[in-house]
Amino acid sequence: MPITEADVEKIAQLAHMEITPEELRVFAPQMADIVAFVEQLDELTMSDIEPALGGLTREGEQTDSARDDVATPSLGQELALAEAPDAASGHFRVPKVL
Amino acid sequence: MSNTINDIEVLRNRISHGETTARAVVAAAVDAAENLNDSLNAFLQIDRAGALSRADEIDKSLWSSNGDGAASPALAGIPIAIKDNICVRGLQTSCGSRILGDYQPPYNATVIERLLAAGAVVVGKTNCDEFAMGSSNENSAFGPVKNPWDILRVPGGSSGGSAAAVAAGIVPVALGSDTGGSVRQPAALCGVVGLKPTYGRNSRYGLVAFASSLDQVGVFARSSRDVARVLGVICGRDSHDATTAEVAVPDYTAGLKNDVKGARIGFPRSLFGAGLDPEVRTAVEAVVAAYRDLGAEVVDVELPNAKYSIAVYYIIATAEASSNLARFDGARYGLRAEDAPELRQMYRKTREEGFGAEVKRRIMLGTYVLSAGYYDAYYGKAQQVRSLLKEDFRKAFESCDAIITPTAPTPAFLLGEKADDPLAMYLNDIYTVTANLAGIPGISVPCGLSSNRLPIGFQLLGAHWSESTLFKLAHAYEVARPFNDRPPISSDN
Repeated sequence: MPITEADVEKIAQLAHMEITPEELRVFAPQMADIVAFVEQLDELTMSDIEPALGGLTREGEQTDSARDDVATPSLGQELALAEAPDAASGHFRVPKVL
Repeated sequence: MSNTINDIEVLRNRISHGETTARAVVAAAVDAAENLNDSLNAFLQIDRAGALSRADEIDKSLWSSNGDGAASPALAGIPIAIKDNICVRGLQTSCGSRILGDYQPPYNATVIERLLAAGAVVVGKTNCDEFAMGSSNENSAFGPVKNPWDILRVPGGSSGGSAAAVAAGIVPVALGSDTGGSVRQPAALCGVVGLKPTYGRNSRYGLVAFASSLDQVGVFARSSRDVARVLGVICGRDSHDATTAEVAVPDYTAGLKNDVKGARIGFPRSLFGAGLDPEVRTAVEAVVAAYRDLGAEVVDVELPNAKYSIAVYYIIATAEASSNLARFDGARYGLRAEDAPELRQMYRKTREEGFGAEVKRRIMLGTYVLSAGYYDAYYGKAQQVRSLLKEDFRKAFESCDAIITPTAPTPAFLLGEKADDPLAMYLNDIYTVTANLAGIPGISVPCGLSSNRLPIGFQLLGAHWSESTLFKLAHAYEVARPFNDRPPISSDN
């Protein structure tokens, strides 16, 4: 399905990105090209093929990644907030939601 | 350092036995990094003070062990460069992006912890395509890396800074990350060795996520022996990354002999057709002949679904990226846009200002292929073809020990040549993305220069966990056909 500028605008909204009119003009045909290219997969009939999900190796799938539920030291509040653009009273402060 | 840069074991021994010092070796690396950065732009941060003080600590600990070199750690005093999407405490991790800028992570990646425990010295963070998305390094927010063989050309990507730093002799080894070829392709374009290990071999803890089911930390060096040595240090199970597998770590350097008699090399004829530069084809076919001369058997293999790999890759990688990069929203770290009085507005403006064009394109493509009504048509289908591709490789490895291909279809292209055509850029990854999709290891090894003196690399792909086999084959080729050419921009000059 061809991708239009209106589609790109909607996708940008879904992805929480503002987009300039200039970007819209450039991205729409580029994304249309790429989507048309990946649609070559349509020539395959694969109704009974299992999708590849999870670990990529048998050994990876067999490795038990569960651990005992024991608390271990973590970053701590001060370090976790050290790079925050706006930290206040031990929290990340953001603009109002409503 | 030019005499020892092909063999970090020699370098370590010289340091450990007092023939030189870690300080002298590290100082030379830092000097070279600084001196060459105007021409190469390979480093985003060079840590002179930190690296020298760490080198002094290594020297002190070696003296206090009475010069017993044999007991020194595996990488004692070895300078190393780290791609700027791998967290090193105390240094920046920008990922080549304005949205992180001078962000300083509060912890070390597991691979860094292991390097430091082995005595390695981090000299700096290397430039890369933004969030590792690119094949030319032109997507870095801080300007492209230049290829040391020709500064008008790209070094490849996304780990171009690490590849250029090793090629120019600044450091003997460097780390990168490989999601679709981002270690192997720049290794080929810069004339060095580059490895992407089996998925789950290296921990991804502290590697900033791009596409989690494809990402692996990889290693650059001038010889496969050095790559093997460094992989042995950094790999293995890590409780911080549930996808690392419980698979024993062999001594990767132990089996490196020059004997490949009886090894079976798979030759996928269909991948040597249209789109492949004739000089690259000739060079890689010469490698096949060299392996025959060494006593290996060359067998034809088929990878019938490899032709779909770029399409599958750019669905899966963008889908995972759109999810992983949702975390960059201006709330907890990095850039926050000003003049955004409302939360959603803050997210949108921050991401508009912080991300470059390629990252935006991929986030949007990923959002599109995952969106309601399209998921099955794109993402679901891509995951099915991924199964077919894994099965292609499983079958192929029943009849061979490794598969040979070119690493990239052409030698290094000109800066700007493909910048306006993302699809043309994506096609450059045709030989490398298959390994990430199937989770198998791949290594790129230099095999000569083109007529205009640009490096050409070949790739060996192996079954899961067969890194030892790849190192053995690569090493035998390096001994039989040494690649000793050096680029015009180099600390050796």
